[in-house]
Amino acid sequence: MNGDLLDTDWLRRLLWLPEQASTFAVSVDRLHYFVIITTMVMSGLTGALAFYFFFRYRRLSENQTTPAVHPTVGFEVAAVSVPLVVFLAWFVIGFGDYAKLANPPPDAMDVYVMGKQWMWKFAYPDGPNSVGVLHVPANRPVRLLLTSRDVIHSFYIPAFRLKQDVLPNRYTETWFQATKPGRYQVLCAEYCGTQHSKMWATVVVLAPEAFDAWLKEQQRGLVARADILADPDMVSIQGNLVEQGKRVAMEQGCLRCHSINSAVNDTERHIGPTWVDLYQRPTKLTTGDTIVADEAYLTESMMEPNNKIVAGYQPLMPSYQGKMSGPDTAAVVEYIKSLRSDSAELQPVKGPVYEQLRQ
Amino acid sequence: MEATSARVMTAEGYLAPPPTPHHYEGNPAAHKHAVRFGMWLFLATEILLFAGLFVGYAVFRTDFPEAFDQAARHLSLFLGTTNTLLLLTSSLTVALAHHNAEHGKNRNAFWLLLVSIAMGGGFLCIKAIEYTEKFREGALPGRFFAFSEITAPGGPMFYVVYFFATGLHALHVIVGMSLLTWVAIRCWHKEFSPTHYAPVENAGLYWHLVDLVWIFLYPLLYLV
Amino acid sequence: MSSSASSAAAGGPAVFPEHHYLNNGTTVRSWLLTLDHKRIALLYLSVVMVSFLLGGIFAMVIRLELLTPGPTIIEALTYNRMFTLHGVVMIFLFMIPAIPAVFGNFFLPIMIGAKDVAFPRWNLVSFYLYFAGAVLALWGMLNGGTDTGWTFYTPYSTTTAQGVLPVLLGVFVIGFSSILTGLNFIVTIHTLRAPGITWFKLPLFIWALYGTAIIQVLATPVIGLVAMLVAAESAFGFGFFDPARGGDPVLFQHLFWFYSHPAVYIMVLPAMGVISETISAYSRKNIFGYSMIAASSLGIAFVGFFAWGHHLFTSGQSAFDAGAFAVISMLVGVFTAIKVFNWVGTLYKGAIAFTAPYAYICGFLFFLVFGGMTGIALATVSLDIHWQDTYFVVAHFHFIMVGAVIMGFLAGLHYWFPKMFGRTYHEGWALVSAALIVLGFNATFIPQFLLGNAGMPRRYYEYPERFQALNVASTAGSSLLAIGFIIIAIYLGFALKYGPVAGPNPWGSRGYEWMTPSPPPTENFDVTPTFAHPPHDYTEDAVGDPDFAHARTT
Repeated sequence: MNGDLLDTDWLRRLLWLPEQASTFAVSVDRLHYFVIITTMVMSGLTGALAFYFFFRYRRLSENQTTPAVHPTVGFEVAAVSVPLVVFLAWFVIGFGDYAKLANPPPDAMDVYVMGKQWMWKFAYPDGPNSVGVLHVPANRPVRLLLTSRDVIHSFYIPAFRLKQDVLPNRYTETWFQATKPGRYQVLCAEYCGTQHSKMWATVVVLAPEAFDAWLKEQQRGLVARADILADPDMVSIQGNLVEQGKRVAMEQGCLRCHSINSAVNDTERHIGPTWVDLYQRPTKLTTGDTIVADEAYLTESMMEPNNKIVAGYQPLMPSYQGKMSGPDTAAVVEYIKSLRSDSAELQPVKGPVYEQLRQ
Repeated sequence: MEATSARVMTAEGYLAPPPTPHHYEGNPAAHKHAVRFGMWLFLATEILLFAGLFVGYAVFRTDFPEAFDQAARHLSLFLGTTNTLLLLTSSLTVALAHHNAEHGKNRNAFWLLLVSIAMGGGFLCIKAIEYTEKFREGALPGRFFAFSEITAPGGPMFYVVYFFATGLHALHVIVGMSLLTWVAIRCWHKEFSPTHYAPVENAGLYWHLVDLVWIFLYPLLYLV
Repeated sequence: MSSSASSAAAGGPAVFPEHHYLNNGTTVRSWLLTLDHKRIALLYLSVVMVSFLLGGIFAMVIRLELLTPGPTIIEALTYNRMFTLHGVVMIFLFMIPAIPAVFGNFFLPIMIGAKDVAFPRWNLVSFYLYFAGAVLALWGMLNGGTDTGWTFYTPYSTTTAQGVLPVLLGVFVIGFSSILTGLNFIVTIHTLRAPGITWFKLPLFIWALYGTAIIQVLATPVIGLVAMLVAAESAFGFGFFDPARGGDPVLFQHLFWFYSHPAVYIMVLPAMGVISETISAYSRKNIFGYSMIAASSLGIAFVGFFAWGHHLFTSGQSAFDAGAFAVISMLVGVFTAIKVFNWVGTLYKGAIAFTAPYAYICGFLFFLVFGGMTGIALATVSLDIHWQDTYFVVAHFHFIMVGAVIMGFLAGLHYWFPKMFGRTYHEGWALVSAALIVLGFNATFIPQFLLGNAGMPRRYYEYPERFQALNVASTAGSSLLAIGFIIIAIYLGFALKYGPVAGPNPWGSRGYEWMTPSPPPTENFDVTPTFAHPPHDYTEDAVGDPDFAHARTT
């Protein structure tokens, strides 16, 4: 608004504030400058006044007497009302911003965030999930629904001036609108154990078109750019079989029909059975038999998918015989085995029920 | 506390009151006030101690209304009510003991205190019966919970609150009984007189607090 | 009369009194089982100083570890134990008993013309409970290696593999001690004021202690309960705060801060009381707005009970709660502002001597205003979203708890040292160390405000490299601070034995405690004064008061 009239960027640098990468950051910083300048002026004035009085009223003799001075009513009224007015001014501005933060706009895009000792996992309702890297579009509101698998964490993006505690067995929410494409650090701000100071992640803000392209790519199952951009500490691209299986599953398009996201498998019915908790699950077939979904059954279902159909599903799946190499098949099985409903979404959830924001 | 043997028996049949402590010299009324006031402040801290538990009760009751409802119906209303009557009556006898001590009737006060202690003991016995029953059923807090009759989620939370609140209360009953025993012994030695009865009064106040806490616990756990 | 008074003040003919509380019984037993409030105060002083030394050492280890972004001198787990030790020792073992149990115990009865506190036996019990709790907590933390931070947030504290039981029991026992001290003070102030000392002639230190005692009595039981619940939970898995069993970890935060926020005022109110006393003595000036300062002490004590929710702005609290807690927190700021205005007003038309305690007063005013206003800034909800759990919060509460409280403690220690031990210290060294401490303190914590702005969360063992410059600055500042404290220990230790004899009233103060010899006799006053004038009265009429003239020439 008054950005042209008064360039405050030098002030931001002086105060060591990180860059402003969200709409919230801009308005919070404005209040920050107001508050910190008032604080410095007031404490400086107090100190200067004490200093001035010392020079003005130095002690002249050992047993000097002084007049009794008492404040007038006017002085005391001022002593109460001036700070009260200043503080309430801060409050009114600050509470306005806070209220905005407490009410995500209805068109916000949802992302699920799960904290666990000591990493951050992100999941999109209808798309990929990732560890340690969160992709969001610039200039669009994003709502985060956060929960923890173990102790309390706190999801903190300094560049967005955004922080929200992450509680086990309960969802909290917050939202932001990023303004600049770039990479920003996520830190855990609530002490959570030995590796607390290493519980970091990255937010990758993409231009809206780039984000749409990225999301499509993810959904088409091409090589996950998430993994390329990922912090190498967090995700290794082919580091283990599970990661390889995940990549293969995306490339082969498995995830178009099978959900891997425990956060949404209750609300969205997929074409095929969910992979979450599939391994070792007693499964009822259309024939009435019940089998346990072990490695053999999983492999068979990829090669001869219509031999044993799970009750309630149609025999629609194409065979992957010859389309997938042995190691890739094994990797996908490992990947399915890794999908446990360990995330708290499947446990009884306490707290507010979130209305669906997007239609 | 003071050496009782050194004190003289007055004509009225009780020991002469101990001298006012040196820092209250010349102002016994202030000392009396101090002792009573100190006790009231201490009782205030006790109320805040239990207040935290009541907050916990309110939170978990809101979270799990059904489990709390089911669990409350599994408590024995008969035993709970008997205990309430026992404690209320013992408060009456303690108040009477206070009255008697204040008038120098130490023997009467002694017997009344003894009756109160016995009723406190009865309260604890009944509590023990209830606890045994809970242990047998597996109606226990946290990971020890194994009570199949409570089907709604949150059953263990009721028993956390139940055992913590009644356990802490039982601890206070034991402390209160010890205090009553201590003043009863001093009654036996005829120590109290119209000018010196603060220990009976304070022990009595403590006992009334124990009673008061139960008056809140009883409806919250058994009736609501 | 006035000539002899001034020569006594100059240290000339002042003689050490023959009988005083220090030599009334010299056996170990006469100290350990004493019922004299002044000796109990010294017992507290010795343990409190040891705690401060330990807490300081832990702080230095933390600062050294943070010199580099990666591991520097200790491992992550050791670091986590270290900040837990630092927090628990500084708060429960040092800060909470520091001013009330040492200076409060020593001066409260003297300042109201009493011979002792209301319940001397409970006073001694209180000391031993504190001592036992301190030993238990320290043993537990060193032996079991508690790594939860002093806030013991659940469910981390109930699931960590490190031992938390002993330290929680220690906190529980110390809480009992704190309750007994507070209870004793309230009853003493109500029942033992000497004839002539009405409520509105109470020294302001007493008003501050009164407010403190109310908090101690009413808030401490809640932390006792919380400590028991967490201990039971970590031992038996009852699940009160464990979400996996239906418990509520945020309930813990509410109960914890219901005590721990008012506990901040247990620490800072007595320091404010010390400042009221010393600012009047060193400016030889009546307190400007006595009743406003007294009332604001009670105001802070009262309002402080309803502000705890501002610690939970990011925990998923509703916007309405956040707003209510924010406004209540601001009222605390208003009460504090009243005090600051009246202190500065006291200097107006005074007769100010620049002594070491005066240096601490100036430091106190700056730290309190800056620390207090950043506190209000933190209560401004939207800003807290960025600052919560960062070094900004760390810097803010160190400004209040180290800046203001330690300045108050040091001002009191220097002001009352001659009264307590009958000797004076070297003023030159005192000024040097005061300068070092005020500068070192700024150098330590101003970089931490900026670290918080830059987004460095607290309790970080390792940190991104962009934070290093400020961390190095902070560590450098803390070493200045350490040197300042070491100098104080040396010259005060020296003064204890070899300092010039102080005489009853070396500062020419009008506080009631200066009407008796230094060190005071066991019964506090040889002849109980009449208290004809209010305290902090330096008018022509009052300075001629024969009670004081008598005291100064003894």
